[in-house]
Amino acid sequence: MFRSPKRAVAIAVMAILALVLAACSSTGGKKAAEAAAQGGTSVAAGHANTPHYTIAMITHAAPGDTFWDIIRAGATAAAAKDNITLKYSNNDDPTQQAQLIQDAINSHVSGIAVTDPDPAAICPAIKQARAAGIPVVMFNAGVTTWQQCGGMMYFGQDESIAGVAAGKRLAAAGAKNVLCVLQAQGQVQLEARCAGVQQGLGSEGTMSKLYVNGTDSSAVLSSITAELTRNKSIDAVITLGAPIALIAIQAIQAAHSTTKLYTFDTNAAEIAKIKSGQVQWAVDQQPYLQGYLSVDSLWLYLTNANIIGGGQTVLTGPSFIDSSNIAQVATYAERGTR
Amino acid sequence: MTQIAEAPVSPPPIRDERVGRKSLLARLLARPEAGALVGAIVIYVFFFIIAPPFRSAASFSSVLYVTSTYGLMATPVALLMIGGEFDLSAGVSVTSAALCASLFSYEFTTNVWVGVLVGLGLALFIGFLNGWIVVKTGIPSFLVTLGTFFMLQGINIALTQTITNQVASPDISTLQGFSSAQKVFAGSFTIGGVNIRTSVLYWIVFVLIATWILLRTRIGNWIFSVGGSAPSARAVGVPVGRMKIGLFMAVGFMAWFTGMHTLFLFNTIQSGQGVGNEFVYIIAAVVGGCLLTGGYGSAVGAAIGALIFGMVNQGIVYAGWNPDWFQFFVGLLLLGAILLNTFIRRRAEASA
Repeated sequence: MFRSPKRAVAIAVMAILALVLAACSSTGGKKAAEAAAQGGTSVAAGHANTPHYTIAMITHAAPGDTFWDIIRAGATAAAAKDNITLKYSNNDDPTQQAQLIQDAINSHVSGIAVTDPDPAAICPAIKQARAAGIPVVMFNAGVTTWQQCGGMMYFGQDESIAGVAAGKRLAAAGAKNVLCVLQAQGQVQLEARCAGVQQGLGSEGTMSKLYVNGTDSSAVLSSITAELTRNKSIDAVITLGAPIALIAIQAIQAAHSTTKLYTFDTNAAEIAKIKSGQVQWAVDQQPYLQGYLSVDSLWLYLTNANIIGGGQTVLTGPSFIDSSNIAQVATYAERGTR
Repeated sequence: MTQIAEAPVSPPPIRDERVGRKSLLARLLARPEAGALVGAIVIYVFFFIIAPPFRSAASFSSVLYVTSTYGLMATPVALLMIGGEFDLSAGVSVTSAALCASLFSYEFTTNVWVGVLVGLGLALFIGFLNGWIVVKTGIPSFLVTLGTFFMLQGINIALTQTITNQVASPDISTLQGFSSAQKVFAGSFTIGGVNIRTSVLYWIVFVLIATWILLRTRIGNWIFSVGGSAPSARAVGVPVGRMKIGLFMAVGFMAWFTGMHTLFLFNTIQSGQGVGNEFVYIIAAVVGGCLLTGGYGSAVGAAIGALIFGMVNQGIVYAGWNPDWFQFFVGLLLLGAILLNTFIRRRAEASA
């Protein structure tokens, strides 16, 4: 057909280029997003003339978890305002995360913002940072132990309180059999949420747990579908992350279930589902605020020796996103700050 | 002193045992997939008895679905293993292909089919690169693809973050061509009130194609010979290098296909997905009778291996066992299936 393989390749490349040029979509995509987002789309608040600092933010974010995008967006916005260079790093293995803290100490950063999912592994590194004279603020994870660890401030949600609040709202909505879907095994904060939901439900209803493999969407879909098929009495599903909630919508359809869906945490796609009523509400711990305050509080400390919270946890949640405030939140979610 | 040779009285009709006919059962049990088949039947019966929801057709359709998502990839991975190589990047290259397709069509606001083709190009290129490095350097594929596994994992997250400022690909469901692509890659249909996803049909078709290639074509013979002994294969004129590169590209092709299924089912792809699945594919192939050393195995076996994994995964949920023990039970049942498989193969070989 073609006289030489080279010519065949050349024709194929040209065909693809022609196809690309000819096949632009008139709906959706980045063009539509850009058109929708004209003008001021970020939370910008001027630029400080204080000395330049470098701050390390070290989290236990798992690769590919959308939740952390919002935390990072908040931290980046605060850093831009405060004349700060932000060095972000993450590892979901606690011992590796501790190593990242050690690296930050060795590179003499001006301040450290850190999450603590595993006090036994992380605390020693935080204490070392304080011993080296580096201010440390903590956020998102480690709410019960941050004072002992040597953190100066803490911004986050008490997962138990959030779970209880969610459980109470579920009970008020008449849920009798709640399925709590955990996307990973052995994570303290996820277990605390489910336990809180159970506590909040009290004698109004019962809660069962389902572990799914959060790194495999198809497996998540199949597991939730199977559980809804097995236990027809489930009338409420609560997921612990936005991506899982989006898959749960499909699972509920596949299982021909009438159960209602609730979730912890948000991303832009999920907020659209709250708007359309497929998700009833989301427990919001305001990740943007956690990222922003962590950096901003370090800046206030470095430039003015301020401490926020008086040695107590500064709670950023729980708040609820539901039909009553979704219209307002949705516009912010589109730009990645809620 | 003299011995009189006694004439044999009515000598029994001895047939040469090398060309002797074995019973049908013995011949069946000597097939690579025999052990896995018995294992699959045992596990099916097991869950059928202890988990009432497992018995319904709808549940089995759900088992078949999760099986197909592993089986689509286990098929080329089995061919590659028969050809004597591993691909540890198989799990993340599914995500790479899907991210590439999704980000390309979103960023340039093209018809999604353009992104689908670009994703195919990338997936084939990854396969080619794996194969080319293995063939050119002679470094074991276990190490080469371990390297590409980490590289792809990093690229998936870093490029997605750089391009979109978040770690998941944007929703592409409003782009033109989405609904037709969704019908092709992630459709479903209903038979007798049971909803079946098309990925199950694709999986069966690809298994049949792979089986036909292995057993009925010259390329199939070459795959076995390359995996059995590459130097001998080369000596009789088999293009060993091209065969291996071709097998890696077959894995790339199926990674693309599986990635498109995931993309069009969920509209968006998380960049950290797929890690760990490479082992599920290899486990499915090994449970199905592929040897880790190459030169032996079957595509049907890998399909049955994937089915065992799918049944265990779903069966534990249907049985309502304590979720804390989930991983333990998955491992226990798989180990049981492998032991049974090995036992049956030894018996079959001993009696042969």
